[in-house]
Amino acid sequence: MATIAPERLPAAEREKLTATWETAPGLFGWFASVDHKQIGIRYLVTSIVFLLLGGVEALVMRVQLAQPMQRLLGPEQYDQLFSLHGVTMIFLYALPVLSGFSNYLWPLMLGSRDMAFPRLNALSYWLYLFSGLFLYVGLPLGQAPNGGWFNYVPYTNRQYDPGMNIDIYTLGLIFLGISTVVGSANFVVTLLRTRAPGMSINRMPILVWGTFTASAANLLAVPAVSLACFMLWLDRSFGTHFFDVEGHGHPLLWQHLFWAFGHPWVYALVLPSMGIVSDGLPVFCRRPLVGYTAVALATVTTMVIGFSVWVHHMFATGLPAMAISFFSAASIIIAIPSAISVFAWIATIWTGRPVFKTPFLFFAGFILLFVIGGVSGFMTASAAFDWQLTDTYFVVAHLHYVLLGINLFPVMGGIYYWFPKMSGRMMDERLGRWSFWTMFVGFNLAFFPMHIVGLEGMPRRIYTYPAELGVGGWNLLITVGAFLFAAGILMVLVNVLVSLSRGAEAGPNPWDAGTLEWSVSSPPPPQNFDIIPIVASRHPLWEDRLEDVDERSQLGRGYLLDRGRETIGTTPMDAEPNVILRMPGDSLLPLLLAIAVTFLFAGLLGHWWIVSGIAFAGVLAVLIAWFAPQPPVGDEKARLYA
Amino acid sequence: MRRVGAASLVFGPALLAGCSSMPLSYLDADSPIGGRLAQLGWGLLGISVLVVVIIAVLLVGAVARGRSSPDGDALAVRRDAGGMRWIYIGVSISTVALIASVIWTLLTLKAVAEPAKAAPMTIEIRARQWWWDAIYRAPRPDLQFSTANEIHIPVGVPVRIELRSDDVIHSFWVPKLAGKTDVIPGQANRMWIEATKPGIYRGQCAEYCGVEHALMSFRVVADPLPEFTAWRARQLRGMQVRDGVAAAGSRVFAEHCSACHAIHGTGFGGAYGPDLTNLGERRTLAAGVLDNNPDNLRRWIEHAQEVKPGARMPDVPLPPNEVGPLVAYLEGR
Amino acid sequence: MPEITTASRALPIGGTGRLTTGWWGMACLLATEGILFAYLIFSYAYLGAQAPQGWPPGGPPSLKLALPNTVLLLASSLVLEVGHWRFRARREKTAMPALLLTAAMGIVFILVQLKEWTNKGFGFATDAYSSSYFTLTGFHLAHVIAGVIALVVLSVWAWQQRFPHEGSLHLMLGRIYWHFVDLVWLVVFTTVYLVPQHP
Repeated sequence: MATIAPERLPAAEREKLTATWETAPGLFGWFASVDHKQIGIRYLVTSIVFLLLGGVEALVMRVQLAQPMQRLLGPEQYDQLFSLHGVTMIFLYALPVLSGFSNYLWPLMLGSRDMAFPRLNALSYWLYLFSGLFLYVGLPLGQAPNGGWFNYVPYTNRQYDPGMNIDIYTLGLIFLGISTVVGSANFVVTLLRTRAPGMSINRMPILVWGTFTASAANLLAVPAVSLACFMLWLDRSFGTHFFDVEGHGHPLLWQHLFWAFGHPWVYALVLPSMGIVSDGLPVFCRRPLVGYTAVALATVTTMVIGFSVWVHHMFATGLPAMAISFFSAASIIIAIPSAISVFAWIATIWTGRPVFKTPFLFFAGFILLFVIGGVSGFMTASAAFDWQLTDTYFVVAHLHYVLLGINLFPVMGGIYYWFPKMSGRMMDERLGRWSFWTMFVGFNLAFFPMHIVGLEGMPRRIYTYPAELGVGGWNLLITVGAFLFAAGILMVLVNVLVSLSRGAEAGPNPWDAGTLEWSVSSPPPPQNFDIIPIVASRHPLWEDRLEDVDERSQLGRGYLLDRGRETIGTTPMDAEPNVILRMPGDSLLPLLLAIAVTFLFAGLLGHWWIVSGIAFAGVLAVLIAWFAPQPPVGDEKARLYA
Repeated sequence: MRRVGAASLVFGPALLAGCSSMPLSYLDADSPIGGRLAQLGWGLLGISVLVVVIIAVLLVGAVARGRSSPDGDALAVRRDAGGMRWIYIGVSISTVALIASVIWTLLTLKAVAEPAKAAPMTIEIRARQWWWDAIYRAPRPDLQFSTANEIHIPVGVPVRIELRSDDVIHSFWVPKLAGKTDVIPGQANRMWIEATKPGIYRGQCAEYCGVEHALMSFRVVADPLPEFTAWRARQLRGMQVRDGVAAAGSRVFAEHCSACHAIHGTGFGGAYGPDLTNLGERRTLAAGVLDNNPDNLRRWIEHAQEVKPGARMPDVPLPPNEVGPLVAYLEGR
Repeated sequence: MPEITTASRALPIGGTGRLTTGWWGMACLLATEGILFAYLIFSYAYLGAQAPQGWPPGGPPSLKLALPNTVLLLASSLVLEVGHWRFRARREKTAMPALLLTAAMGIVFILVQLKEWTNKGFGFATDAYSSSYFTLTGFHLAHVIAGVIALVVLSVWAWQQRFPHEGSLHLMLGRIYWHFVDLVWLVVFTTVYLVPQHP
């Protein structure tokens, strides 16, 4: 604890820094903020709202499926629900929630004052919010996307699905894709150039490795789905022939492009949250993570291999045996880096001393869910058996174990873990334990039997099933479990809301953790760090207690950088300071740009080309204002506190 | 956590107990392809359950070990190192199991690629929204016939299936006989099936294809060879127009149904809907949704949209003096 | 006792070239746009591999306009680089002439390509080949248009003398982007125009 000293800087200096970095008050500040902490919280709140929407969609479906041949929902309604549920959870919840954590935490973990591109950060949020609303605009009109989240052609060609549903889907995903790519670029550059001095690449938290890997992958993967959606929109709007057989297009082109994106995407959805566990679990085991280097490399390896397995979603499409064999082998081998992480986590618990607080429950429970999701994936990776498993509820079980088990559970643990940092208060521990067990039992009750009904042949994406399939009993149990699971999630949210006003006060480091974000106050000041730290190990706050760390991080001496909004730029690998970065302050440009883009897409949706044209002009105008050159500045001898 | 470990041991018995009564289950398949895939499936399932149990035990053990509270603010270890042996051993064992699974998968793929003996017949299956057209191809056109939703094959004989779609992607899946193969417009996917025991094998469309994807099933009926030959002969003979009530029924058919439906042996040649030759012999109606009996057939004709909302079959309301004879004619009475 | 001091070594503010964060941001943009073209070319090639008749169905595309147009685009990159070097060497007061000339060459490229499009015997919605031809070349054309707009805006700022001779983030990003558009065209041109000439 000796290295934390948040009140080191003289009060006048600290106030000057705070005033420089504070967001302006009132409505203007709310719309113009570029503070990564505020943007991070917005991402978290918005993604949780989408989680709840997607959850309600799921619960309605589960009521319909609780017994055979029910008619609460007609098939068209059910089809819109399952499609929107998938789109909401996979696009509007799972990645944005991780963007929220990363946005909030990265500069604090990396010892920086902000992300590399603060305005771009705000832009990525506004684009996310508006594209999410765009995707939902069809629901009240009964025109929600209805082709499944994967939207296969030819069913989603205009010939078979003439309504607005699929146009909302295609344009909406392109729209959301801009947010994702913009955010990813921000993470990549932030990581490469704005770490604190001394934070070499092997000293970063695993969450940072995870988000960095996911972001680099997204830059390369998102264009595939954006292109597929654009081509489908062209087919539907202008009669082009990418995907229709009559014009010599080909339906499988969609699948190749979609899954070339889709598979890397699902790793982007879980590698950051695995990082949350890799960073949080060790704190509650009172020791550093076992095998940091192996886990960091496993993260990158998983993603790289993840680019070469996409055909495992297409095993039943009649591809040549050679291709199927290769992709099946790769899909099985990809489990090896995952095994590295699993054993690292177990070893950390085994050789550590567990502290049974709520975050620990989530992080430890996650390991079991990870392995169950992993083995069901292993089973589907075997192409021959996948010919039975694919398109049954077995895959539904698998995807929910990996998505909820590996994304949602760490997210919930992360909420309990970092809530004190974000709000300055602790969440209720007793309600926390209840919420974990309710979620854990409910989740397994809901999703474990899906393996069974899948092996009994229940297909997926069906609005009802005949009694003679013999799966009615399990389906009822699944529905009950789903409601119990939902109750658990509500308990977490109630805990958050209540603790915001009544939680016990949290100091800077209530968990006695070792990484940099715990060295500043809770919540952190707008500037994050009064003094930019100089980092000497992976756990600056634990150095006094570890024998094999010779150097000491300097938290009380370093760059002051208080001539305006400044932070230090460093070299990519070893984080040696080489430039002072001047950061933009509050700006309405990101919001204006997002509004212009929204009108652009709205015009395309309705074929109101004039609207899109004017919106495009607006986009240009904002971009010109955004990039307008500032007068050049000479070199600076930085102010230090040393 | 312990709960789930126990549940996976319940898994096996729960499956086996229920399996025999599950028409779409496949872990109990004993056809040439289905059996081979089931073997692989049991093996992978066994490995998976074992892995989950081992990890659960390790996890519980790791958690249970650390019950002593840490003293002061000391960490559990003095060095940012150690514990690597877990990773080396765990990953090594995992890798062995994974590589073995790859090999087993590749061997299975090879084993089911072709039948042991040559397949003497080919059935062309055309999947449509939301039913199955089965065309029994033959060298001579007069030996060719179509049927729908109920496909007969001879026991012990491998049969080639050629899959085509004129609309959207479907998937042909009869779990107890083979894995699924998608039916993709613009290409002909090929597979083969063989039943070693006589019986009725249920099939289901397994790729989301629109509003009535859920109710797009079919039956594969495996007959001993003499019964199959007799069935084929009856299909080729078709249904002649007879006197009496049946004649009245066929007049109703001509007026209200023949635009879309065909019947072999008559002049009715509608190609839009299923071929209805010898409909009375089929076990189900409406792509496997309804049991075939006169009441259900009447309900299907008059209220198809209630049974299968969105189906291409419209409601055809008919006066009782027409629907009665029509049903009798179609059921072959 | 720590106190506020000043570092002995000066650090640049913002920096130039690879020191800037903008350079890395542009690298990310080029990575994502570059792979977009890779996916476009994959789609074109996939449809071609599945095509029932020849690909292109009407025979290889004419080089009459496309080849000189390609040379023009390459030349525009050269013009931009030479002009920028002259500005850096203080042989020009501003970079405006180089930027405007490059933009003008870009506009000619656009007009020639549009003419080539109207000369084609097929429309956007004729078949899979026409759809992918127009989409692939159209995406590139959109990038050229964006580049021309950027060059014009840069030339206005150059004329306002907002760019120092020593180096400017904006000029660097503009040049990188324009050369990228050029490089992409080489790949697209080879794939769509050259490869079909010798099946």
